[in-house]
Amino acid sequence: MAVTTPTLHLRESYLGISHTAKSWLLTTDHKRIGLLYFVTITLFFFIGGVAATMMRLELLTPAGDLLLAEGYNKLFTMHGTIMVWFFLVPSIPTTLGNFLVPLMLGARDMAFPRLNLASWYVLIFGSLFSVGSLVVGGVDTGWTFYTPYSTTYSNSYVIAMAVGIMITGFSSIFTAINIIITTHKLRAPGLTWFRLPLFIWSLYATSLIIVLATPVLAVTLLLVAAERTLGIGIFDPALGGDPLLFQHLFWFYSHPAVYIMILPGMGVVSELITCFARKPPFGYKFIAFSSLAIAIFGFLVWGHHMFVSGQSVYAGLVFSLLSFMVAIPSAIKVFNWTATLHKGSISWQTPMLYALGFIGLFTIGGLTGLFVATLPIDVQVHDTYFVVAHFHYIMVGGMVMAYLGGIHFWWPKITGRLYPEGWGKAAAILIFIGFNFTFFPQFLLGYNGMPRRIHEYPPEYQVLNVFSTAGASILAAGYLLPLFYLAWSTRYGEIAGDNPWGATGLEWQTSSPPPKENFVEVPVVHNDPYRYELTGEIDPHATVTVDDLRKSHPPNIPTHHATAHKEGRDD
Amino acid sequence: MTEVNSALGHHFTDLAQQREANTLGMWAFLATEVLFFGGLFAAYLVYRSAYPEVFAAGSEHLKMALGAINTGVLLTSSLTVALAVHAATQRARNRLLLFMALTVVLGLLFLGIKGFEYYQEYQENLVPTINFTWEGNNASQAMLFFVLYFFMTLLHALHMIIGISVLLVMIFWAWRGWYEEDDMPVERFGLYWHFVDIVWVFLFPLLYLIGR
Repeated sequence: MAVTTPTLHLRESYLGISHTAKSWLLTTDHKRIGLLYFVTITLFFFIGGVAATMMRLELLTPAGDLLLAEGYNKLFTMHGTIMVWFFLVPSIPTTLGNFLVPLMLGARDMAFPRLNLASWYVLIFGSLFSVGSLVVGGVDTGWTFYTPYSTTYSNSYVIAMAVGIMITGFSSIFTAINIIITTHKLRAPGLTWFRLPLFIWSLYATSLIIVLATPVLAVTLLLVAAERTLGIGIFDPALGGDPLLFQHLFWFYSHPAVYIMILPGMGVVSELITCFARKPPFGYKFIAFSSLAIAIFGFLVWGHHMFVSGQSVYAGLVFSLLSFMVAIPSAIKVFNWTATLHKGSISWQTPMLYALGFIGLFTIGGLTGLFVATLPIDVQVHDTYFVVAHFHYIMVGGMVMAYLGGIHFWWPKITGRLYPEGWGKAAAILIFIGFNFTFFPQFLLGYNGMPRRIHEYPPEYQVLNVFSTAGASILAAGYLLPLFYLAWSTRYGEIAGDNPWGATGLEWQTSSPPPKENFVEVPVVHNDPYRYELTGEIDPHATVTVDDLRKSHPPNIPTHHATAHKEGRDD
Repeated sequence: MTEVNSALGHHFTDLAQQREANTLGMWAFLATEVLFFGGLFAAYLVYRSAYPEVFAAGSEHLKMALGAINTGVLLTSSLTVALAVHAATQRARNRLLLFMALTVVLGLLFLGIKGFEYYQEYQENLVPTINFTWEGNNASQAMLFFVLYFFMTLLHALHMIIGISVLLVMIFWAWRGWYEEDDMPVERFGLYWHFVDIVWVFLFPLLYLIGR
């Protein structure tokens, strides 16, 4: 492969064609919208992180010395609502998803560019309500809004928070509709379903869940807000209502939402593992269909959040069994990633560190998920730190790791520059260590009976809590590092060239950063996206340009010229 | 933003692809809508099976005749929408305008009758939180019935109002002849309108016809 001095063609790229605020705020370019989302949810991540930091500080000592119970309740509600609805749910679909879906499909944009922009404004509009409710005094119900506390007894700003989250849900729905339709209708010529990258399969499955689950949350929160405003008794047992109905409706959304929050991460990891092991995925179709299987099973297991709610024993049994079945497609993915690594030529760049971290932590989170899916064990550990540790291993150890891995992997494509590798590795390792120090002790705390959502605890839990808080400070440092070095790299980072990883996906076959229309010529696809050969370690400095790729993989990228594209317009 | 006025978006290869994408988008949106109403139908079924007698008693206070007339009005509007779609495919601008206008009239008629019903229910003290008195036991359970009745029918009416507003804009566009280039927007509107109709077809028996 020819090594050429890379140059940054910023002016011809989507970043360089204009610089005005208007050109960003009214853009319908999916890549720019992805960046708008990136900035927005980064902000929310740190808001949610501040709340988590305060909670960990309070839990450093057994007494409630930093915060009163009420303040602590508001903090964990803030942490949960912000992290779930304003960071995790939008995280990968709206940033990497928006940026990459059209590129991976060989399309010029999402199917509905203006709807795409609208989705960002809807998120901002919804966040005004939710953040507003935090500013004027906060909410103390927990992110789950259980009735009748949320509808009748809580003296906090539940209505604004609920309405904000309901509005934000429509933002997710818009993004999901865009991803589904784009995947169905805007694939490049020759790009059949089984030539799609696994990232697309996972985002497609995610989008199906979003479209079918989010409206139920919307109508449920509408009912909560109506009940609180008008004093009607839909969920209030004193007025004939059924508080369990709320839990059913809430978890009908919020359990599938767990898969909204993890499936995109699985898609990212599938891309990273194949690229950094230089091997095609082991069992492509199994990984692809396991995403759909997770989406389907995900709708049938919500009752496992309600084992101690008084639902029927038989319902509990069925929900327990179905919850075990989610382990099957999840394990298929883990086994297939592991088999992909087997005898691969593995490079240890930052994205790969995140991907490997994901596999380990997701496995722990998934296996402890089997614990809490088991009826008698769940009765024992329900509402303890065991559950908190379990879902943080999935959400943070899984999704946030995958998100950061993906951001690093596609950073050269997004900005045209490399992030500093040394800093990247340092942050990835810090985050892995800090994460385990923070959350592994919580398994032990929960197993020993420490309840969640309480700001005080008996002194015998202190040692493990100190461990956890100490780990959280390492984790916080790990999360702050990328904020600085990624910002630094947008100006001073090494120029990346079009394909620093020698990756074979369609998105790497255009320039970095891509032009506004993504591909100068409409690509025609003749192969699957994983044409890796065991070529030894990746060297991001041996820059590969689009032209080199065309020479080295001539059969893969024949293009028909843009004139042919124009002819299609006449019919 | 030059692409706004031309029929083909810059990111589509041809009009057929654009049409298919837009229509599939409408179907995906309707799937969302089904689940949106689905949450309310689930709540309705839970309370109907918990309090069957009270729900039947509440149902008897609804104006079945007006509800039945409204069902007829709405189904007729589905016919006029279907005829409008047909006219659009035939590029028959005057017929298209006629049937679109008829649909607006029938939609407004539905809303008028519905509003008259609400007014009568208000006079009979059946509106929760505004004025509600229930003679007999289980007042709070009866209130649940009326809460669900108002919630579901108001949400349906909101969808009607949105549909009529969109249709008024579309009439202007049809008058300008836009659908002679691409008639698919009319069909997509038809999908939405039929969906709103179907919701009513479920609401009417579930709310008005309990125990009759």
